[in-house]
Parts: sequence; C-alpha cells; structure tokens
Amino acid sequence: MSFKRLWAMFCARNLEFFRDRSALGWNFLFPFLIVAGFGMIFGGKDYTEYKVGVFPSQHETVSVSKIDLPEGFRETLHIKFIGFKSFEDGIEKLKHHKIDFLVKAGSPENEYWVTDSSPKGYIIEKLFKGSLLPDGKVVAGKREIKGKEIKYIDWLFPGILAMNMMFSALWGVGYVVVRYRKIGVLKRLNATPLTAFEYLSAQILSRIFILMFTIAIVWIGCSFIFSFRVEGSYFDLFVIFLAGGVCLSAYGLVVAARGTSEEFTSGVVNFISWPMMFLSEVWFSLEGSSRWVKLVAQLFPLTHMLTAVRKVMNDGATLADVTPELAVLVFMTAISIAVGAALFSWNK
Amino acid sequence: MDYLLEIKSLVKKYKEVVAVDDISFSIRQGICFGLLGPNGAGKTTTIEMIEDIIPSTSGEILYKGKHRSSSFKQEVGIQFQQTALLSSLTLRETLKTFHSLYNDPADIEEIIDICNLRDIEKRMNDKISGGQRQRLMLALAMINKPELLFLDEPSTGLDPQARRNLWSIVQKIKDKGDTVILTTHYMEEAQHLCDEIAIMDNGKIIAQGTPHQLIKEHCEGVTVILPKNSVKIPLSQLPFRFREINGRIEIRTNDINSCLNRLLSEHIDLTEMVVRSPNLENVFLNLTGKQLRD
Ligand SMILES: Nc1ncnc2c1ncn2[C@@H]1O[C@H](COP(=O)(O)OP(=O)(O)OP(=O)(O)O)[C@@H](O)[C@H]1O
Ligand SMILES: [Mg+2]
Repeated sequence: MSFKRLWAMFCARNLEFFRDRSALGWNFLFPFLIVAGFGMIFGGKDYTEYKVGVFPSQHETVSVSKIDLPEGFRETLHIKFIGFKSFEDGIEKLKHHKIDFLVKAGSPENEYWVTDSSPKGYIIEKLFKGSLLPDGKVVAGKREIKGKEIKYIDWLFPGILAMNMMFSALWGVGYVVVRYRKIGVLKRLNATPLTAFEYLSAQILSRIFILMFTIAIVWIGCSFIFSFRVEGSYFDLFVIFLAGGVCLSAYGLVVAARGTSEEFTSGVVNFISWPMMFLSEVWFSLEGSSRWVKLVAQLFPLTHMLTAVRKVMNDGATLADVTPELAVLVFMTAISIAVGAALFSWNK
Repeated sequence: MDYLLEIKSLVKKYKEVVAVDDISFSIRQGICFGLLGPNGAGKTTTIEMIEDIIPSTSGEILYKGKHRSSSFKQEVGIQFQQTALLSSLTLRETLKTFHSLYNDPADIEEIIDICNLRDIEKRMNDKISGGQRQRLMLALAMINKPELLFLDEPSTGLDPQARRNLWSIVQKIKDKGDTVILTTHYMEEAQHLCDEIAIMDNGKIIAQGTPHQLIKEHCEGVTVILPKNSVKIPLSQLPFRFREINGRIEIRTNDINSCLNRLLSEHIDLTEMVVRSPNLENVFLNLTGKQLRD
C-alpha cells in the first residue's frame, strides 16, 4: 500500500473529470434543473391536484365563480376545473384518465360521470356528494396541526441531491472503470506496481471528492433561488452525505469489478439505479406500500441516506438520532468494498 | 550460465486455439532477445505471460532464478502492442503520473529528451499521432529505468528517423547491461538489434539462435542477380538453378567462385550483376512459408 501511488491516481482521475467541461457542467446543471423544474411545478404547494371536467363550456379555462355547480363543491381547494364544449369531448378525456371526474353544469339532477377504477375519481365523488348535503348536518371538528410545516421542496430537495449522487457514483465509478478495462487503460496500469486496492481506492476517493464538491455547489446555487429550511446542523448533513457517497461509490465498485461490455454495464447500472430511485422515497413516500416493497427499499443505501438526511434537515435530528442509518451505510460500504475488491480483474 | 529469464514448457490455451504450445527458452542478461513470427503466431501472448499480465495455462517462468515476486513490476518496463491512456491528460502529466507509481523512477526531463517528446509534451494524449503515441508508450516503458524491457512491435508506425532513434535507444540500454525482449515484423530491425532470435509459428518455436547462426543454418549460399538482357545465350543452357523475376535472373548457389567462373566462361556481361547474401527475411520466409495466413 503506497499513498504516493494512490495520490497519483487520485489526482489523475480528478484532472480527467474537471477537464471534461461538458460532463462537468452537466454534473452541476442536472440536479439544479431538476430542483428548479419541480419547484416550479409544485410551487411549494401540495402536489395532488384533482381535475374535474365541466360541460357545456365555451372555454377550456373556466372561472370558478361563474360555473353553475353546487357552491360547496365549486370552492373546494385543489380542484382544477376544465371546460368542455360537449359531453362527448368530456367523456373521452375521462375514459383516458386525463380528468378524474366529469359534471354537467346547471343540471338539476346533478349528473356526473366517474370511472369506477379511479381512486381520485372516487374521492371527488365523495366530495361532490358531500357538498350536496345541507350544511351543518354532520359535525366534524378540525384541529390545527402543531409544529412547523414542511414544505414539499424541503422534502424533495435532499432527495434530488441524493439521487444525483447515486447516478454520479454508479456511472462515475462503475461505468468508467469498465470502459477503461475495455480500451486497455487498466492493462497498462496493471503493468506498473500499482495494486488493485490502490487503484480502486483512488477511484472511490476521487469520486467522493467530486460528489461532495458537486453537492456543495448545487446546494449553494439552489439556496439563492429557493428558500428551504435546514432544521439540523450542516455538519451533520455533510457527514451523512459523505457516508452515503462512500457507500454509493462502493456499489459502483461492485459494478466495475468485471466485464468489458459498456452496454451490459449500462444495463446493470440502470437495473440498480431505477428501482433505487423509485423505491428510496426520492419522489414520493412509500407510506402504505406493500411490505415487500418496503423491504426491497431497505436494501438500497439511498433509502437510509435519505431517511437520515430528511430527519436532520426537516426534523432537526442530530447525528446521534441517525446512528442506525449511518451504521447501515457503513455496513453496506464494507460489504460492497469486500465484494468489489474480491471480484476485481484488470484483464478483459 | 546464469539466465535472467527461464521459460519452461509454457502453454496458453484459449477456448478455440492453443496460442502458445509448450515453449521453452532462456534469456541471458544484457542481450536483446527477438521474438519473430507471422501474425497470430503467439508472440504477444508469450510476452504478456512473461510480463505477468495474463495467466499461463501451464508452465514455469523464472526471473533471476526465482518465481516473479511483487518487486518484478518495479524492475521491468513494458510497451504493449495496443493500449490506451488516461484521456484528458497531457503527455507530461501522463509521464508524471506513471513516474509516481515507481519507487526509483528515471528523470522525466531525460526521458522526454530521449524519446523526442519535448515539442508535444503539453498536448493531450488523445490528440497525438500514431507515431508520437508509440514514442510516448516507449517513454512510459522506460520511466522506471527498467532492468528488463519488453517491447511488443515498438517500431510499428514510426517514421525512419524515429525508428533509428528507437534502435539507438535499445543499443544504449544494452550497453548499460540491461535486457530487452522485443517482437517485430521488420527483419532488418531484428538483424540490427537482436543478439538472439526465436522464430515462432503456430504457438511453437521453430528455430532459435543468433541471426548469423539462423542464416547459416537455414539459408545456404548466395543469390546472384543479373539483368536478363545481359545473358546472351539461351536461358535453358544456363547450368544453374535459376528463377526469372521482373526481367532479372536470380541464381542461387552454394559455390560463388565456380558460379562466377562459369558465367565468365559463357562471356556473360557481369557489369550489372548483384550478389546478395541471405538475410533474416529469407530465413523467416523459408521457415514460415511464403503464403499469407489468417
Ligand atoms: N483473448 C484471446 N482469446 C482467444 N484467442 C486469443 C486471445 N488472444 C489471442 N488469441 C489468439 O491467440 C493466437 C496468438 O495471438 P497473439 O496475439 O499472441 O499473436 P501475435 O504473434 O502477437 O500476432 P501479431 O503479429 O499479429 O501481433 C491468435 O490466433 C489469436 O487469435
Ligand atoms: Mg502481437
């Protein structure tokens, strides 16, 4: 084990990364664009929106106050009314789930259409029927939610950063090493005293350096544009992101261990990253999903990293509070490095 | 005698081919050892097994009388027939990176001068020509002052000056007492540089020795070449084995004196005569056949 050799490879890899201007720019731009895009779409609001078609209407955009519908229904929040000229137009959209519910304006019988398979349609149907009841017949007491509100962007933002980290780690370690094996760079390095351990450590360290650098830049950039709140300490966040980055890079190492086919490796990286993206609560919570989905999600480092990050960022947790998540990350890192190093081959 | 390298019954089998088929040879310290052979003969496979890059199927390789240890890679320099380099680095940065991988490296400036890279040291690895690339590969192979240098077709793609330069580099390495193993398709190069040559075909060594020995053993006699129009008598009356090529007559003989006497006695004009002694190319073609193989 020679630090001089490790350092030489670390520097070479960093130079390569920072010299590749297009990839570099994309690395910073991509997470930023995603955050900006979703920030715009949801604007900090709740992201569930119900779409109700109304006919007959001359215009597609209908002003709520002018439609002839029961008042209680008309004024429900989070319902977007969309106008259709005729019944035929409306029912077509309903069938294709472009809208969740269709009503006829000014109908004395309050005629409506809904597809029975649509959960959103079912909820609107309840709402619609409820709004027809005379006021005050049913009693329900609303209580205020205690504590601070967590805005959607506060929840989404760390998810996007972590997801970006995952892609960067898997492609940056896994794919790059496989490509180097294919074109013969690894063979040339194998002709030197460089050991596999030194080489792989340099790859991981360089990637972590890049990951943390990227995250810092994107974080600072985003904080100029969006206001998000960090309840816990930045240092704790840094530690968790670092642990997560190491773990994800170590996953990349396993991908990188064998093979020379770039196509196959892309397949493997996608096979790992897509389920990880969807099941690690980057975009939506798995609350209420089936038990096996939650179990699979536990296999992904991203899940644990995000849980910990959100605890710190949204709930003000400390490192002590997220020890279980950190422990899992460290454990997964150890396993991945052991497997990756055992399987590693310089040769084609 | 002490050998630097001893190769014993080396075999490499791939799924469909036996690339190297039970070969044995030894290499003395301080010489240039050449592996020759047609495409696909197994030269690269042999050399890469010795370099410890690919595993052998069976056989033994001894370096300084022992199995190769971890210090082996500190002491040898390797130029592959084909390799890529880290992209987005300049030549100098590449040299520096490799320089840091060794315990006792050479002086970078010296290597840059030796391999004529001074003009292009600031260029990116992927923006240099084929011959410049070969020179960089040679520089990388020499960056650790190797005691044993492997060169797999080092002169492919080099212009005549660069090739002469390569030859003088190899000569200097030998003068220092270091050892070179090279493969080449240029017989002139082999004849010029190699103290010992092994000719391979189909995974086997079919001949081995100094260039001189090989020529003496496998190509007897000399070739006398005459323009056809200087032979005034009917060709069929020539008392020799001969070939007619491009308006010239080629006569192979083991006894040059009687051959020339005979030609003079037939009053054949010898002004434009050329006498060629056999070279390695003749040996190579004799041994490996003249047909191109796949
Ligand atoms: N990785 C491999 N898998 C299967 N067969 C291989 C492999 N590498 C080489 N071979 C085969 O082994 C034989 C020897 O190849 P090798 O590269 O040693 O030839 P060579 O003498 O160096 O030829 P050249 O002069 O063209 O460089 C060839 O028939 C080749 O097809
Ligand atoms: Mg070869």
